[in-house]
Amino acid sequence: MKNAPLWLRILAPISVFAVVAGIWHVAVTAFDIPPVILPKPGAVLQAMWTARWKLLTGSSITLRAAGAGLLASTLVGCMIAILFSQSSLLRIALYPYVIFLQTVPIVAIAPLLIVWSGFEFRTVVLVSCIISIFPIISNVTSGLLSIDPNHVDLFRMQGASRWKTLTKLRIPSAIPHLVLGLRISCGLSVIGAIVGELFVSSSSADYDGLGTIMNAMQAQLRTAELMGAVIACTLLGIVLFLIVQLIDFVLLRRWTRVAGFENA
Amino acid sequence: MVLSNTAWMSGPPSAASTAIQCTGVSVVFGSGRTEQRVLDRLNLIVPRGEIYSLLGPSGCGKSTLLRVMAGLIEPTSGTVMIDDAPVRAARDLTAFVFQESALLPWRSVWQNVRLPYEIRKGPTSGELKDRMETVLDLVGFKKTDWHKKPSQLSGGMKMRASIARALITNPRILLMDEPFAALDDMLRSKLNDLLLRIVAEAGCTMMFVTHNIAEAIYLSHSIAILSGGRIADTIRVGLPSSREAAIRSTPEFATQYGRVQEVLMGSEV
Repeated sequence: MKNAPLWLRILAPISVFAVVAGIWHVAVTAFDIPPVILPKPGAVLQAMWTARWKLLTGSSITLRAAGAGLLASTLVGCMIAILFSQSSLLRIALYPYVIFLQTVPIVAIAPLLIVWSGFEFRTVVLVSCIISIFPIISNVTSGLLSIDPNHVDLFRMQGASRWKTLTKLRIPSAIPHLVLGLRISCGLSVIGAIVGELFVSSSSADYDGLGTIMNAMQAQLRTAELMGAVIACTLLGIVLFLIVQLIDFVLLRRWTRVAGFENA
Repeated sequence: MVLSNTAWMSGPPSAASTAIQCTGVSVVFGSGRTEQRVLDRLNLIVPRGEIYSLLGPSGCGKSTLLRVMAGLIEPTSGTVMIDDAPVRAARDLTAFVFQESALLPWRSVWQNVRLPYEIRKGPTSGELKDRMETVLDLVGFKKTDWHKKPSQLSGGMKMRASIARALITNPRILLMDEPFAALDDMLRSKLNDLLLRIVAEAGCTMMFVTHNIAEAIYLSHSIAILSGGRIADTIRVGLPSSREAAIRSTPEFATQYGRVQEVLMGSEV
C-alpha cells in the first residue's frame, strides 16, 4: 500500500468513520440509550455545528498552546540533548531526572504548576512542554551519540574540534532522530495542552480553550457538546501532525530520503 | 599506463627516504582476562614513494596497524614515525580511505570532498575550487555528478568520491583500508588502475590493506604479510613497473601469486 493513490488514502479512513457512525447510530436506537450517556452521531454533529464558533476559537487557543509547548520542548529538548552529547558525566547525573519527566503523572503536578505559574496561558504551555519533551531529549540524544565510527575517525583525522564535530557531524546525523521525536511529541503536546486547560479552566473565566469547553460541558451533562469538543481535539492533533509531517519533508529533503526517491 | 614512480627498483632505500617506520609497535585491547594483543612488537619500514600492501587473514590486525599509522589508535608501546616525525605531528601528511566510502549522506559529492578543508585551515576559496575540480576530474567524476548525494551514486562512484576527499588535502601518505572489498571484480580492477595512476601523479606513498592476493600483487611494490600481530614476511613483487590488466594472466603473475599464497598459508596457525 506504499503507493496508494490519494483518493484511497482519503476515502478509506472516511469509510471507516461512516461504518463506525452507522453502527453507533443503530446501537443507540436499538438499545434506547439516553442521550446523556451516548447521543446519536447526528446529534453530536449538530451540537458541533451549533457551537462551531466556540469550538473554533477554542481550537485555535488550544492549538496555539500546544504549538508553543511543542516549540518550547523542541528547543529546550535539543539544548539538553546537545549538553548530554558533550559530557557523559552530565548525562549520567541528569538522565534519571529526564526519565522522571516521562513518568511523573502530570495530573498530579498540574495543580502545583498552577500555584507557581497561575491560571494563565503560559501554564498550559508549560504543561504541554513538560509532557512532550521526553521523546525529543531521548531521540535527539541517541541521534547525537550514535554516529558512524568511520565518520568519527574521519573527523579525528582532520583534527576536528568538539565544535566542528558537533555542528558538522553530530547535529546533521541527529536530524532524522529529531523528526521521529517530533512525530511522537506533537500528539503529546495536544494532550498536555488539554490537560493543562482542564486545570486552568476550573477557576478562570477568561480562558476558552477546548479543555475549558470540555470541563463546562461535562459539568452541565451536555454529552453531545462534550463529544464534539473531543472530536475537535482529535482534529487538532491531526493538524499538528500534518505540520510536523511538512517539517519532516522539508528537513529530510536535505537529507537522504528524497534523493532516494529520485534514485528509484 | 606507465607507473612513473620507480623508487622500488633503485635498491633498498636509505633511512632518510623512509615514509613510515614502525618500531616495536604493540597494541593491546582490554585488560586482564579480556586482554587481546592485536599487534605484537611489530617492525615495519615503508620507503617513500612505494605502494605497500598489508595482506593477511581477517582479524589479524591489518586495520589496527593502519589506524595506528593514521594516529587514530595510540599504540600500547613502540613508536610510529611518519616522514621522521611522530604520528601526531604528521597528521596533515596522511589521508585515510575507509572500507565503506564513509561519505556524509546529507552532503553532495562536492561538499563531501570539501569537508577536510571545512575542518582544518585550507587554501583560499579560489585555489580550493581549482583543486577540487582537478581532484574530482582525476578520480573520474563528471561535472554533472558533482552535486549528487551519496544515495544517488553507485558503489564505485562512492569510492571515487571517497578517494577524492582523501586526495584534496594533498597527502604524502595515502592509507587505504580494504577500499574495494565490497565491489565486484570488474569494478575493482578498474579502480586499481585508477589508483595506480593517481598515486603516480600525486607521487605519494600508499599503504593498502586488503585480503585479496591478486589485488595486492597487481598494485604493490612490496607486500607485507601480517600474522599473529607481527609481519610474518615481506615479499618484493618483481613485476615490471608498467602494469596493465593483461599482466594478471602472465606466468610471472602466477608465480608471484603462488609465492604469496605459500607464505600466507604457512603463516596461518
